[in-house]
This record gives sequence, C-alpha cells and structure tokens, in this order.
Amino acid sequence: MRYVVKKIGILLLTLLLVSFLAFLAFQIIPGDPAVKMLGTQATPEKLSALREQMGLDRPMLFRYAVWLKDFVLGDMGTSYSYNMTVGSMLSGKLPITLTLTFLAFIMIVVIAIPFGIYTAKHKDRKLSKVLNAVNQIMMSIPPFFIGILFTYFFGLVLRWFIPGGYISYEMSVIRFIGYLIFPAIAIAIPKAAMTTKLLKDIILEQTKLDYVRTAYSRGNRTNGVLYHHVLKNAMIPVVTFLGMTLADIVAGSIIIEQVFSIPGLGRLLITSISNRDYPVVQAIIVCIAFIVIMINFIVDIVYRILDPRVRGQ
Amino acid sequence: MLDVIDLNIEFHDHLIPETVVFDFDMHMDAGDIVGIVGESGSGKTMTALAIAGLLSRHDMQKRGKIIFEETDLLNCERAKLRSIQGNEISMVFQEPMTSLNPVKKIGWQVEESLRIHKDFSKEERYEKTIKALADVELDAPEKLYHKYPYELSGGMRQRVMIAAALICNPKLIIADEITTALDVTVQAQIIELLKKVNKRNGTAILFISHDLSLVKQICSRVIVMYQGNIVEQGDAEMIFHHPQEEYTQKLIAAIPKIIRKSKV
Amino acid sequence: MRRWNKDFNFYIGFVITGVVLLLVFLGIFYTPYDAEAMSAADKFAGISLHHLMGCDNFGRDIFSRILKGSGTTLFIALCTVLIGVGIGTIIGAITGYYGGWLDEVLMRFNDSVLAFPSILVALVFISILGSGKYHVIIALGIVFIPSFARIVRGEFMHYRNLDYVQNAKLMGAGDIRIMFVHILPNAWPVIASAIIIGFNNAVLAEASMSFLGIGVQPPDPSLGRMLSEAQSYLFRAPWYAFFSGLTIVLMILGFALLSEGMKRK
Repeated sequence: MRYVVKKIGILLLTLLLVSFLAFLAFQIIPGDPAVKMLGTQATPEKLSALREQMGLDRPMLFRYAVWLKDFVLGDMGTSYSYNMTVGSMLSGKLPITLTLTFLAFIMIVVIAIPFGIYTAKHKDRKLSKVLNAVNQIMMSIPPFFIGILFTYFFGLVLRWFIPGGYISYEMSVIRFIGYLIFPAIAIAIPKAAMTTKLLKDIILEQTKLDYVRTAYSRGNRTNGVLYHHVLKNAMIPVVTFLGMTLADIVAGSIIIEQVFSIPGLGRLLITSISNRDYPVVQAIIVCIAFIVIMINFIVDIVYRILDPRVRGQ
Repeated sequence: MLDVIDLNIEFHDHLIPETVVFDFDMHMDAGDIVGIVGESGSGKTMTALAIAGLLSRHDMQKRGKIIFEETDLLNCERAKLRSIQGNEISMVFQEPMTSLNPVKKIGWQVEESLRIHKDFSKEERYEKTIKALADVELDAPEKLYHKYPYELSGGMRQRVMIAAALICNPKLIIADEITTALDVTVQAQIIELLKKVNKRNGTAILFISHDLSLVKQICSRVIVMYQGNIVEQGDAEMIFHHPQEEYTQKLIAAIPKIIRKSKV
Repeated sequence: MRRWNKDFNFYIGFVITGVVLLLVFLGIFYTPYDAEAMSAADKFAGISLHHLMGCDNFGRDIFSRILKGSGTTLFIALCTVLIGVGIGTIIGAITGYYGGWLDEVLMRFNDSVLAFPSILVALVFISILGSGKYHVIIALGIVFIPSFARIVRGEFMHYRNLDYVQNAKLMGAGDIRIMFVHILPNAWPVIASAIIIGFNNAVLAEASMSFLGIGVQPPDPSLGRMLSEAQSYLFRAPWYAFFSGLTIVLMILGFALLSEGMKRK
C-alpha cells in the first residue's frame, strides 16, 4: 500500500514537472502573445491592456501557477487562430485519439502473444524461420508507410474501406471503430513484431532455467510447462516493454491520423504548429503527456501484480 | 524395482559425438538407498537425469535399457514416461534457489504432482500439501502455503522441493547433489530427513553426490564413477573400508581426517 | 545451424546497408536526372528504362529524388546521433561515475523526458524553433540525449565498482582518465549497439517529421515528404509512394539486420 502511495506521489511530481517544462518551453518563444492575438488591430493602449488582462506582466512562476490552475479546471486558454477556447477544440478530438491508441495497443497484444508463443514453441521448424524473417521486416516498416500500403490495397484495390471516409462516433460507434481498425493495425504491426521477437526470446531463455526442469520432473506436458510456468515469468519483461512502447504508440497515432484523415489530436497538433497557435500546441502536448504518464502508471501496477518478488519491497 | 542395463549416453551437439556414460549397470530394490559418487564430469548427473526421464531427446543418443517396474523408461512413449514422472519417480535438484518457480506460490508448486496425476478435490489437495510440508519438518505450513520462494531460505526451499517430490508417494526419489548448495548444518538435517522418509514410507533413494562422507551416512550401497565409467560398486561398508580400486582409495583419502575418524 | 542464421542476418544487413550507402554516396555527385528538373511531358511516367522508378506529379525523376532524399535523411540521422551520443555520453558518464544527488536530479529529469513520445518532444522544439533541416537536427538530437545518457550511465555504474577501476584509483589515476581510458573502451560494445539502434530511430523520426510536413522543407528533398505528397496520387501513380516508402524500409531494415548480426558476433 505504501508503495502505491509513493508511486502516486511520483506520478504527480512528474506531471508537475512535465507541465512546467511545457509551460517554460512556450515562454521562450520570441514574440508577444498579445500582439498575435490582436493582430492588425494592435495599438499600444490595447496591447498593454490585453497584456495586463492576460497577466503577462506578472512573474513567471505566478503565471505558471495561474496557468496550471486554469488548466486543471478545464480552461486551457484561447486559440490564437480561431476564436474558440482550446478546451472546446480538444474535447471532440480527445476520445478519438484515445480510442485509436487503445485499439492499437490491443492489436499489439492480440497479434504478438500468439505469434510469440508459436515461434518459441516451433523454433526448429522451417515455417518458423520464415516467420522470423517476416518479423524482422515488419519491425522495420514505418507505420505511416503501412498505412499507405493499406490505403492502396485494402482501400483502393480491394475496397474494404473508403480511404478518408472517417465515420464519427456520434453517427455510429460500430462503424467508428470499424474505420479505426486499419489505422490501429498499421500502428500496431512494427511494435507487435518487436514484442513477438521479445516474447520468443524470453520464452526460450526461460526454458533453459532450472524451474522448467523441475516442472517436467513432476510430469507436466510441454504445454503445461509453457502455460502454467514459463508464460507467467515471461510476461513480466514483456509488460515492461509494452509500457515503454506506449509513448511510441501515441506518437504513431498522431502520424497515422494524417494518412487516414482522422480528425484527432494529431492533425490539430500539426496544423497548430504550422500556424504557431501556441496555446493549442501547449495544451495538446500536456494532454498527451498526461495520457502517457497515466498509462505508464497503470502498466507499473500491472507489473507489480505479475511479479511477486517486487511486491515484497 | 529398477534395473539399468547397459546405459550409454552420447552427446551429438558437436561434430564428434562424445560419450559421457559408458555401459552403466545398476539394480535397485524397493526401499534401497543407493549412492552414486564421483567428481564433476563423472557422468553421475547424466545417469540420474536419464533415469528420471529428463534428458532432452534432441542432441543426445541413449542406448541401453532402464527398466522400472516392467517399463523401459528409455524406449517407452512420452505419455507413459510422463505418467511416471512426479508420480512414481521424482527428483530433487541441486540448486534450491533456482529450482522453484519464482512467481508461483509454494503450496501451488508442492501440489503440482497431485494435480497432474491424481484426482483429488481442491480441499483434499490442500490437506495433503499441508501434511507434506509438515512431514518435511517445516513450521506453520498453512502460512507457508501462500508464500513465494523468495521469502524462504535455501534449506527451507530444499525441504519444499522434497515435500513436492514426496507428495504422490513415489517409489523412488532421485536426489542430485541436493545438499551441495546448503550450509553444513543444514546438510546434516536434510540427510536425517531423507533417512526418516525412507524408513517411514519405504521410498527408495538414489543419492548422487561428490561427497563420499555424506554418501557413507545414508547409503547402503555405493557406485563409484569416474569419467563416465563405473569404477567400483558394492556395499557402503565394503567400499569405505576396503576399497579395491585405486581411484576409490584416492577419493576416500581425500576426505578430511576429522570427518573420516568421527564417521567410521 | 544457429550460427548460420545469425551470420546470415549480418551479411544481408551488410549488403543492404552497403548498397544503400553506396547509392547515397553516388547520389551526392551524380544522379540520372536533376532531382529538381520538372518536365510536363513526363508527368506520372511509369517505370521504364529511362526512369527507373517513374516520375512524380511534376515530371521529376523519382529515382534521382530518392537518391538525394536518402542523402538528406542519412545526414540528419548522423548528426542527430552524434549530438545524442556526444552529449548523452558526457551526461551518462558523469552521473554514472559520480552518482550522488546530481545523479538523482538529472535522472528524474531524464526519465520525465524519456517518458514522452520522442516525436512530441521534437515537435515542441520545432514549434519553437521553426522547421527546416538544421532545426530538425537540433530537435532530434536533444530528443536522443536521454536514452543514450541512460545507457552510458548504466555502463559506467557497472564498471566503476569493478576491481581494476578501484585499482587505478588507488594508483592515483585522475577521474577523467579513468572514465575515458579505463571504462569507456569496455562500455564501447554496448554503446555501439545503442548507436546503431539510435541511428535507426533517427531515420524513422526524420522520415516521420518530414512526412508530417514539419521536417525538412523544400527545396531540400526528403523521403518523408515525398511519401506524403505521393499519398494524393496513390491511385494514379502508386510507384511514387511505393518506392519512397521502400527506400525508408530498406534503410531501416539494413541497419536493423546489421545490429542484429553484430550482437551475436
């Protein structure tokens, strides 16, 4: 229990640190936010009035505290480009990115675990060598290229989906998820290939350990040893690895949105960067960081459930 | 009960096959305690693993017969061998630290052979496990059931291994250097425990060790091995007091004097 | 049998990487066509002897553009890794060797940055600095520092406790000497392996950022941006996307196999 409390403490600290860094980063930007907002309508009086209103004349830590308070309460500022609150801009898009990330994660687990076990079990067969080579190649293909290949083969040639035909979850949840499946797989493939390789290597490594011999000496069959003994040990480093790839999955979903024309956080982020719409960029970065850190935290908890040796500490 | 006839084991993982056990013959009756002594590389562990059916079948060639109660363990079907492993022949290994699964509870691991071979209910299994843990002189078995290996000392883990090996009341336990990784005081306790088990349950023990003095304490018959061959075999008393072969004499001479004197 | 497999990996990787590097090197001095030369007549030309990989929407020869683009990508990846390794090694060596509160503080910092998707951090820097080749190098270089720092730190922490280092200390060797003469050569294999993996990630990161349009800007050619442009013409000229993407894949695959093969040797 004490461990969990300590972990939550570190979590909050990290979030604080991250939000401060994000805030800091955008203070360094040359250029006056007030000028940006007023644009051509800027006069010296309006500028100083706006600056005072925005609190730009106060010391940085104070501004950070105010910004943080507002952020947590839901007010993330106003966009420079559009006359909307950042919050409203993000609210529709966040669930989309979250769903995509979640789907991709599930795809990775669903693909990698059976394949990992299969290649480990049948490591001496010819098919396994072929699979290993295929695996290696899959690891090296960038998700956005896979996305484009999917668009070509499954979209244009086979017509299994309409490229660019994004369906909102407000219209139909099932078709929403259906449209996101291909992008999710595209993100998942390279990571799944890495996980497969990792799982296979670890299973084979574990098989050489003493406790496996003990398990056989009790009369277990191969499957029994694999599923009751080895797998539980092998999953521990795999879970750790999945936690580490999470950041990449989120990054992947940002990029894949461009390929499949999905109106998620990713596209908004890119356009905002091009438009130098800093409040939006800042808010999205902090949101995404938040998601990644939270999920890492959950992975950490799962890891502790799996490995009793860590629990005792 | 057990007859090993003409056992030869050859390694085939390099270009030139390497024989590690030559023409090994042995006979054991029910309730016997036989010791196999030798240095590292003498082939004693390989022989033990062969009898336990644990030699991987890939890069190895085994010739000969291992007849256990009318089944030739070396040449029977996997399923038959599996039905014997953990059930009628079980094994305890050298390293208590690594021989247990680190992420499974002690109770679960001790029960395992019961789960595989017998048809007991969950409660019955639990009862038997607690009894098995108590029989190997472990305290508070109910609490121990839910602990994990990392919480136990080496001596305790080895007792757990013995409990797990005994739970189906096997006819034969193979003990491969089971005390080598333990403190001297704990070694003595484990030897005593084995003797008790043999007396109480009539379980035969095949005791493998490089330590002649330990073997002398528990075994009635001894087989001395050197580089894959049987050098000498016979009654423990005979071997110890009147060793015929030069190698055996050297082994005995190597025992520190104090121990030799007190055990004689 | 097993060794054949590992060596096989290595040789294939070596061959692929070798071919890629050779072509890129060649491309610096000579390309079949000027990468920027447009030709209305050749718009969307297919694969032929004249144009090995066809032409794009402006009639530019794709093969030439790929050669130049690969060069840009490799250059950026190289610089990125140099920055990452250079600064990362220094930070890692200092924190790993000395430990203490400096280590604690820096590592907390390190791990927070590491927890971020690297693309995001790079995006933050790009949005501050603006896009363009050299800004990408700085952004990615900074992104790569934490992972190298961690790895080097791990190695230095391991080695500083070993006997021969203690010996050197007793004999009066200065800290810097110990770090560079005694520890670093031993840590080298691990660092080298990390460099190759890092290089791979750098190639991927650069391609991703160019794909998003915030990496290398025109007129600098870039595989990522070619791929992004090719998307619009996917139906008409699939070879545009196909060859651009394939090049990226081959670069990454070559290095991945190379590092795989090196590990076992």
